[in-house]
Amino acid sequence: MLKQLLATTAAALALSAATASADVKIGSIVELSGPGAAAGVNFHDGVKMGFEEINAAGGILGEKVELLEYDSQTDPQVSRAMVQRAIDDGVYAITGTVFSSSTVVNMLVAQQAGIPQFTGSEAPSIVQKGNPYIFRTAFGSQKGMPKVAKYMAEEMGIKKVALVWANTEFGKGGYDAFIEQAKVYGFEIVADIPTEQAQTDFSADVVKAKNSGADAVFVYLTEEESARFLREAQKQSIGLPMIGETTLIGAKVIELAGDAANGAMGHVGLSADAGVPAITEMVDRFKIKYKYTPDHNAIKGYTAAWTIKCVTEQIGKFDREAFVEKMHGLTLSVEECPGILMTTSWDDTGEMSRESFFVVVEDGKQTVKAILPPN
Amino acid sequence: MTEFLQLILSGLAAGSIYALAAVGFTLLWQASQTINFAQGEFVMLPAFFVLVGMTVLGMPMWPSVLFALVVSLLILGVLFKKLIVEPMLPHGTLPLVIATIALGLLLKESVKEFYGATAQPFPPVFPQTVHQIAGVSVSMQDVGNLIVSMLVIGGLQLFLNRTRTGRCMQATAQNPQVAEILGVNIKRMVMYTFLINAALATVASVLISPIYLAKFSNGETLGVVAFTAAIVGGFNQIRGALVGGLLIGVLDNLSAVYISAQYRSAIPLILLIMILLLRPQGLLGTAEGRTV
Repeated sequence: MLKQLLATTAAALALSAATASADVKIGSIVELSGPGAAAGVNFHDGVKMGFEEINAAGGILGEKVELLEYDSQTDPQVSRAMVQRAIDDGVYAITGTVFSSSTVVNMLVAQQAGIPQFTGSEAPSIVQKGNPYIFRTAFGSQKGMPKVAKYMAEEMGIKKVALVWANTEFGKGGYDAFIEQAKVYGFEIVADIPTEQAQTDFSADVVKAKNSGADAVFVYLTEEESARFLREAQKQSIGLPMIGETTLIGAKVIELAGDAANGAMGHVGLSADAGVPAITEMVDRFKIKYKYTPDHNAIKGYTAAWTIKCVTEQIGKFDREAFVEKMHGLTLSVEECPGILMTTSWDDTGEMSRESFFVVVEDGKQTVKAILPPN
Repeated sequence: MTEFLQLILSGLAAGSIYALAAVGFTLLWQASQTINFAQGEFVMLPAFFVLVGMTVLGMPMWPSVLFALVVSLLILGVLFKKLIVEPMLPHGTLPLVIATIALGLLLKESVKEFYGATAQPFPPVFPQTVHQIAGVSVSMQDVGNLIVSMLVIGGLQLFLNRTRTGRCMQATAQNPQVAEILGVNIKRMVMYTFLINAALATVASVLISPIYLAKFSNGETLGVVAFTAAIVGGFNQIRGALVGGLLIGVLDNLSAVYISAQYRSAIPLILLIMILLLRPQGLLGTAEGRTV
């Protein structure tokens, strides 16, 4: 009996010692369920794969990474609670959330605790609130919109636009950014169509866009809504070019919309079909591991993991303040940090910059039509 | 005008599917005083049975639909009645309502757990062709959805009115004690009602999933719409549920374009409040008695 008790105690002590000596903790707080699951699951799987590869290569400064997972349920208040939980669990940095409506709420919690946070969100407001701890993994829409608007005006000769947008933080940010560019390029907005998060029936919206006299429809919705919109547009033979920024032409949208996605076009910061060898190799490994084609969110998550590793190793210690200081104004090249996939810069607000692509969906795949320079 | 016609057509197509769910709602209430707040999840679930048939069992689409129908009849019909309704009903309507809410959550979370949280593509039931008639884009999918839904509801009405079993079901709904004295096997009749509800949910699921995409959370929207349609049309009449479903489908589209896209989801709820205040029995419902 005594022997058994001693053995159990020894085992427990060994276990607790192992835990104590371990590992740097990273919190992945993403939309694993709810309307944002398509984006969140991709982002999380990218983060997970990134840290698994980092651990296989020796970890960060010799420490293994323990990735803690939290489901925000695509609910801003839940996401806030999950960020707090991650902080209580002692994380070094946070990856996520992807939905802007959540990020604008939860990033304040991370800021108060002084935790660096890598978000997949694209609403311009996220980096305009003076939060030094927030860093993007993709452009804000205020960076992407000028690129896509320029292409629409100069390459496609579009003058009248029907604007379909998500009435969320993400959508409003994109909407404002597009309206600003519409003024620059003289687009007339002939139909202004807000839609709801998780909206299922887009028949009225497509009718409105179709009969608006527009030269093109600009669609700024999240992934599942984009797919439903494209299906409805096909059902009603909309007969207009459909252009988007990042989400409309994502891999998940193409999978969900099927044939209806063909012909959709837009600007993407990252593309599995970009022809960049490092991205292609990452995508191939991802497909083998998760049995599905990753979209830009997965690539964002993956690069977030490698950014945390590379920047921490550049400063040589697990020091959040030094990390944040290093990130501001940093350009991280592929030579220094291959996992970043493309050379990327961050400014003092946490906004990022790199080359991007204008793509058209053909035969269910993104085809790159133009490589657009950083702005 | 073409815009108006287009909206009406799309609204009727969507509304006819809502009507299928709403009819099931009223049937269960009539037969067993079951207010099934899991009805939305009942419509969400069969689409996943179809996907399991296609992706896991490797069957073509139509055998998978048949497979989904059989599994739905078993789970959403027989097991729902035996494991939830029968044990809970003696405790009154409210515990049963709460039990169906819990069931809805269980079904939703189970699908999320076993099939994933992201939407899944669902194969279209009808050809994806579109015809231009008088400037209106008439999609075969819309027309097919409308025709199938109307045929199913019409067939159900005929079954209930013109067959002996249907009349026995009506008798059971109107007055179970008298029906039993007259020799009607009321347990069997109630079971038939649950099976019909499961079949209606399967048809609605197969029709709506190519548009909504198959997703664990689809039931949230569908459940509210079915409930609203049943109340608006008349909770004690099949034709009431039919009218309620069609009305909400059309109203949703018209209000999105002609009133406000931002407040579109509020319009059916405003209608619901007005109906409850002005005509609580619903547009086509009757104030007393119950008939199937």
